[in-house]
Amino acid sequence: MAVTVRIPTILRTYTNNEAEVSLPDAGETLQSALTALEAAAPGIGARILDDKGALRRFVNVYVDDEDVRFTNGLETPLTQTSAIAVIPAVAGG
Amino acid sequence: MTAIDTETTPVRTAPDFGPATHLTCRECGAQYELGAAYACVECFGPLEVAYTFTGVTRASIEAGPESIWRYSGLLPVAAYAKDEPNLAPGRTKLVRADNLAATLGMTAPLWVKDDSGNPTHSFKDRVVAVAQSAARRLGLSTIACASTGNLANAVAAAAARAGQGSVVVIPSNLEAGKTITTATYGGTLLAVKGNYDDVNRLCGELIGNPLTESWGFVNVNLRPYYAEGSKTMGYEIAEQLGWRTPEQVVIPVASGSLLTKVDKAWRELTSLGLIEAADYRVFGAQATGCSPVSQAYAEGQEVVRPVKPDTIAKSLAIGNPADGPYALDVVRRTGGAIADVTDTEIVAAIRLLAEQEGIFAETAGGVTLATFQKLLATGGADRNAETVLLNTGDGLKTLDAVADVVGPTATINPSVDEVSQALQ
Repeated sequence: MAVTVRIPTILRTYTNNEAEVSLPDAGETLQSALTALEAAAPGIGARILDDKGALRRFVNVYVDDEDVRFTNGLETPLTQTSAIAVIPAVAGG
Repeated sequence: MTAIDTETTPVRTAPDFGPATHLTCRECGAQYELGAAYACVECFGPLEVAYTFTGVTRASIEAGPESIWRYSGLLPVAAYAKDEPNLAPGRTKLVRADNLAATLGMTAPLWVKDDSGNPTHSFKDRVVAVAQSAARRLGLSTIACASTGNLANAVAAAAARAGQGSVVVIPSNLEAGKTITTATYGGTLLAVKGNYDDVNRLCGELIGNPLTESWGFVNVNLRPYYAEGSKTMGYEIAEQLGWRTPEQVVIPVASGSLLTKVDKAWRELTSLGLIEAADYRVFGAQATGCSPVSQAYAEGQEVVRPVKPDTIAKSLAIGNPADGPYALDVVRRTGGAIADVTDTEIVAAIRLLAEQEGIFAETAGGVTLATFQKLLATGGADRNAETVLLNTGDGLKTLDAVADVVGPTATINPSVDEVSQALQ
């Protein structure tokens, strides 16, 4: 799958300050897309995933506007037009 | 955002944030200079203000203004923040609720900290005042927020008072009382087709966009400062009780921030010797229709699984509460609990508080009282322990919650006979 990933400000040091990264071959799931993202922007993967390979507690990842914690997490399937967004968790009210 | 090498780089305090020295990550401990930053570059953990407190005494506080600024020495603000245009919130009433205590079968004093007495009728005026001060120090000319309504009011009004620009982003389905009031204060009001979590996400994405270069999102990139404003609820309660803590406190939980900051306030006062060390239990209150922290508590979890909110308590409808894990830590550390209540129970509690004490709470206040009732019934909370309930907002903003269940005793013609009949 070819997907785009929106990158939060604090991770743009890994993407030459680009706010969006295109991955022409992201595989079938979020997991494979994050592997492709790490190849495109070395070091970024460890900021999104912890030592055990799980999503960090304070990062929110959306695939096509859906929080992946409501779908299948890292196994969330991608489509040809999927957009991924990585956003730090913040609270408010 | 610049990480600090503490081996070689002295921590800088300019611009003037008073006793604040730097930001620190709550997860991994990484340190950063004071600035418009909210998430750790290393681990995405939330950043918190760190301080070196000096010269704060009971006397210095008591000699201060009748607002949150009497606690300036404990906040990330310059000493002169009180003199800059702001809403001067705080010093709301701590109401002794004897009627309600009797109804609940309590043998110890019961108090309601009634923050509907703030300038825009909710506790959010406190946090916005601190964030507005931070925006000034950081040269951010517009204040902005993602809001469930009360914060929207507070930001729009604070900006109006200071002659600043404001951008308020809300879910489009908010109560009319919150939307209309915010719009009346002026500024830009963006109603987003989605829920609060969608709004929050949008604001997170706007950070770093050139559109928002001069904006301080009070609860996003100014969040470390903003959140510290909630400590003033804790300071005030302790001061109003005669410089001590109650045995129990019940706090509504949306993001979980208020609960953690009240606890932080009391720990600070204790460590500074301003109050004597005493045990207290912190209880959290949620609406069943948005109860991710309560569910995590019941399941013994340390992480909070997000939910899709569906409750009349819209000011608490945060399905993905970033401070949830820390709220769980506080509740467990102090021997408290977190419980949740249905919309029907919330409405009943709003009416009970109004009928017993003349305090008309918004839905969040109903959540707090209903949860306390539930905890008393299950034995989770103690009838014989002095308790403070936090009412964080005004029922006039959430009239819809009770509109269908209250009304005139009778609708009559202007006739003495009809009055007589109505009274029978």
